[in-house]
Amino acid sequence: MTTSDVTGMTVPELQAALQDGATAAGIAEAYLDRIAATDGTLGSYLHVDREAALERAAAVDASGNAGTGLAGIPVALKDVVVTAGVPTTSGSRILEGWKPPYDATVAARLKAADTVLLGKTNMDEFAMGSSTENSAYGVTRNPWDPERIPGGSSGGSSAAVAGGLAPWAIGTDTGGSIRQPAALTGLVGHKPTYGSVSRYGLIAFSSSLDQAGPMARTVLDAALLHEAIGGHDPLDSTSIDAPLPVLAECARRGADGDLSGLTIGVVRELGGEGHTDGYEQGVLDRFTEAVALLESLGAQVREVSCPAFDLALPAYYLIAPSEASSNLSRFDGVRYGLRVGDDGARDLDEVMALTREQGFGAEVKRRIILGTYALSSGYYEAYYGQAQKVRTLISRDFNAAFDAEGTGVDVLVSPTTPTVAFPLGSRVDDPVAMYAADLCTLPASLAGVPAISVPCGLSDGLPVGFQIMAPALADDRCYRVAAALEAAQDAARGSRFLDQLPSRVAEGAA
Amino acid sequence: MSTDTLVDFDEVLTRYEPVIGLETHVELGTASKMFCGCSTTFGAEPNTQTCPTCLGLPGSLPVANEMAIESTIRIGLALGCRIATWCRFARKNYFYPDIPKGFQTTQYDEPLCTAGHLDVEVDGETYRVEIERVHLEEDTGKNLHVGGATGRIHGADHSLIDYNRAGIPLVEIVTRPILGAGAKAPEVAKAYVTELREILLALGVSEVRMEQGNLRSDVNTSIAPIGSLEWGTRTETKNVNSLRSVERAVRFEMRRQAAVLDGGGTITQETRHFHEDSGTTSPGRSKEEATDYRYFPEPDLVPVAPDEEWVEKLRATLPELPAARRARLSDEWGITPTEMAWLVNAGAVELVSETVAAGASPADARKWWLGELARRANDAGTDLAELAITPAQVAQLIGLISAGTINDQLARQALDGVLAGEGDPAAVVQARGLAVMGESDELVAAVDAAIEGNPDVAEKVRGGKVQAIGALVGAVMKTTRGKADAATVKRMLEERLTAG
Amino acid sequence: MEFHPSMSTLSRKDVAHLARLSRLAVTDEELDLYAGQLSAVLDAVAQVQKAPVEDVPPTTHAVPMTNVFREDAVRPSLPPEVVLAGAPAAEDGRFRVPRILGEEA
Ligand SMILES: [Mg+2]
Ligand SMILES: [Zn+2]
Repeated sequence: MTTSDVTGMTVPELQAALQDGATAAGIAEAYLDRIAATDGTLGSYLHVDREAALERAAAVDASGNAGTGLAGIPVALKDVVVTAGVPTTSGSRILEGWKPPYDATVAARLKAADTVLLGKTNMDEFAMGSSTENSAYGVTRNPWDPERIPGGSSGGSSAAVAGGLAPWAIGTDTGGSIRQPAALTGLVGHKPTYGSVSRYGLIAFSSSLDQAGPMARTVLDAALLHEAIGGHDPLDSTSIDAPLPVLAECARRGADGDLSGLTIGVVRELGGEGHTDGYEQGVLDRFTEAVALLESLGAQVREVSCPAFDLALPAYYLIAPSEASSNLSRFDGVRYGLRVGDDGARDLDEVMALTREQGFGAEVKRRIILGTYALSSGYYEAYYGQAQKVRTLISRDFNAAFDAEGTGVDVLVSPTTPTVAFPLGSRVDDPVAMYAADLCTLPASLAGVPAISVPCGLSDGLPVGFQIMAPALADDRCYRVAAALEAAQDAARGSRFLDQLPSRVAEGAA
Repeated sequence: MSTDTLVDFDEVLTRYEPVIGLETHVELGTASKMFCGCSTTFGAEPNTQTCPTCLGLPGSLPVANEMAIESTIRIGLALGCRIATWCRFARKNYFYPDIPKGFQTTQYDEPLCTAGHLDVEVDGETYRVEIERVHLEEDTGKNLHVGGATGRIHGADHSLIDYNRAGIPLVEIVTRPILGAGAKAPEVAKAYVTELREILLALGVSEVRMEQGNLRSDVNTSIAPIGSLEWGTRTETKNVNSLRSVERAVRFEMRRQAAVLDGGGTITQETRHFHEDSGTTSPGRSKEEATDYRYFPEPDLVPVAPDEEWVEKLRATLPELPAARRARLSDEWGITPTEMAWLVNAGAVELVSETVAAGASPADARKWWLGELARRANDAGTDLAELAITPAQVAQLIGLISAGTINDQLARQALDGVLAGEGDPAAVVQARGLAVMGESDELVAAVDAAIEGNPDVAEKVRGGKVQAIGALVGAVMKTTRGKADAATVKRMLEERLTAG
Repeated sequence: MEFHPSMSTLSRKDVAHLARLSRLAVTDEELDLYAGQLSAVLDAVAQVQKAPVEDVPPTTHAVPMTNVFREDAVRPSLPPEVVLAGAPAAEDGRFRVPRILGEEA
């Protein structure tokens, strides 16, 4: 089997290949070769340990488990996931060279499932960004067009999976950092219900919003990865102590394409009438077509108004920086990471301030300052307090939409992003424009409800994402509807979405 | 400030009225830390009781220790507090190397317990100290300052940090301002901390060893001219780590502040440090800007919501509290509140109680602990409880006296042996040959010798001056090196001198 | 230093104060840059103040849970050499830092 054969496979195909005699080492090697050949251009990985990956794969082969469950399947982790003994930087200079002494629960569960870690993927520093241009270690490019961003902050993961450098990857989503990069690179990306995937060992950005989730080539792959990492974790106090719904089975059933009995609400405030400012026509067209397709599968469709969603962006850009300003205080150059200016003359305060000044990038510093302001006495109520109340209003809008006594929809839908992938550098100096990339993903984040992005076509040759939001703990609905849409579009197209990727970064093109 | 510029304490009270307040931090005696599973054992090698969570490693998360929450609620109940039905932890954000996360996880505007009180007694008068709040937080690590004089921060070249203590559950108990204590303010402060310590011990929530920093009090003091409608500016004296120092710190601050005000100056609202050696306070480094802690609810921990059933279950675990226990024991032992107060001040209530339980009479137990044993502890500069003798051994000693095996003087010699580690009193009496002499030939000879050796005294006694017999008893006791029983000796002398 | 920026704008001085509070030794150029950018951001986020939130409680936790505890049981700590492995400076089993010009602990 050739390298491109393996690196184009879905996970069930890889599982079948392993059961048919392919080896985990062979599969890992195919991916590692492809990374070596093409990641110079894409810049999706921050750390790849070829030897360690091959050794691990060989061990799985030796155990005879390869092909059962996820054993032997390679995986990439966003560099925000703490991994024992493996450099973990969160995209920041301040953590350069740090080798954690412990595993995040997500990493531990994937390890326990005998997956093979390919490496750690690039990201916006501390997950603050929507383009992966804020990494201290260079930009990541979009495999669909290397002059464009792969989305962010999980842009390393999105580029790696779309570019065939990993079968799937873990991302984290605070305001949209799984769904937005998935949308912009033609992947499936799911933000689980807040509290359903452990945050233990995810380097915190905004604790009340952060969630890890799958980024994959197909809805079923995403569901399989989600099942591997999800479920209660006693190490995370906010982890929900309830069984994870069956997800992969829902994805399989959803692919049968019957959506009768399902009611879909189209959110007016996210690209609907009177709310199209900033949305590209191509995005709106693909979205409308996808809604029509779902209706043709038997779903009832109605428009739903969620007025508080208009305030999601300002609320988010107060809450997330506030929590971040506190979460990032531990990076003080005392216990780990960078220390600058310890020359015997400077006192600790000066050394801390220099370390943080030089260790953090511009966007991180901007958000720390903004968050410090929003929490400071005298301003707390007007900013942080007010934003938390807006958060309540947004949850109420969701509840009203999902409540059987109210609108009674099963899921809410919207475009995942207002635009397709934008050119590198086009928004770096304009934070407000950059923040607008998260417009559609923020409401679900603030309410803690699950949301998935699934491809729904191309606009100007670039992927457009379709977002499906569900009530808390009803992640299975996201997978069901996404699978139906994916199957119907694949059937109409006669191929998988990613097969359209016109010019995968050519092997050896680095 | 040197002591000679202070105003005499009595003089302070002629012009000023003090207001005091106490914030007491108590390390709970849980096996593991507040938010992680690291051990809390005191005295371990530095940084051997640390993990990702209490080191604040990236990605680590806290999970609250249920026992710590329950201990806090039990403290609140013992202090008559209202227990919150719903409250959250908060982050107190500031930079200091002994806090590993850049914030301390604490409680801010939603403490677990509020509005309690503690009655303390000073010189027979009861003072009610109102408790404003009892909340739960995490302790900090420990800084060791290197290169300066005596490990102090000023002049230090660099500092070394040990995070073993970081994350140990810490309960903070805050009083409302204590008014009207006047001249008794320093003693009320000490009595409050003493009584609080007794309660914590009775609850079994902390070892409350002040020398290990299990209990640390910040003492707020202000004074205002008598009759003034406004309170004075207060100072907060930190680092007050013994009961005696609590009293000294208040006394010193009252005298210092009076001197400042008398000289036309104003009191700076500041943190001051107490110096155990000199009994003085000195200002902390003044901050360029007011600290803004940017408190907000801790998103990594979910709210704590004690329901009635839980609280009542905890209430049922409360032991008899020290005040009630003292009242009951006073009754059982037939002593006055003042006599009980002596026992409390000497730290002897528990010891006497255990000695009584081991068979001694309350009067004897009190006599020995407050008398001879208190003297020995004082000479050795230790607490009574630190003496190398158990209540059971004291009871045995008393038993030997009651049985007439030894007398008080021999008992003191037996005590020497016990304290020197020679074993139980009975064993010491045996080994050292301390038993009282019976009416032996040796004693008869000693009595006869005393009469012969002191003919004038003997004559006086024969002549009716009966009280002069004491000198002869003394002489016999001396020759027998205290082993004789004085009453026996006296009877034998009387038989010889007044008979017929 | 007094800190009273008017709502929705941040002066250079305000940014300098916030940077000091956040332990960021920002440069003069950054002060100019951030003052401008943050004022634009604040303009956008200040919209939350228009929200109809009378009697609306704040949401601090997306999922309403209470009373999540762990049992008071000791779990193994990290080996000391692992604890200090990432330290920028260490001495005598402790983390070493430059002299502290702060409050006495
Ligand atoms: Mg405190
Ligand atoms: Zn720990």
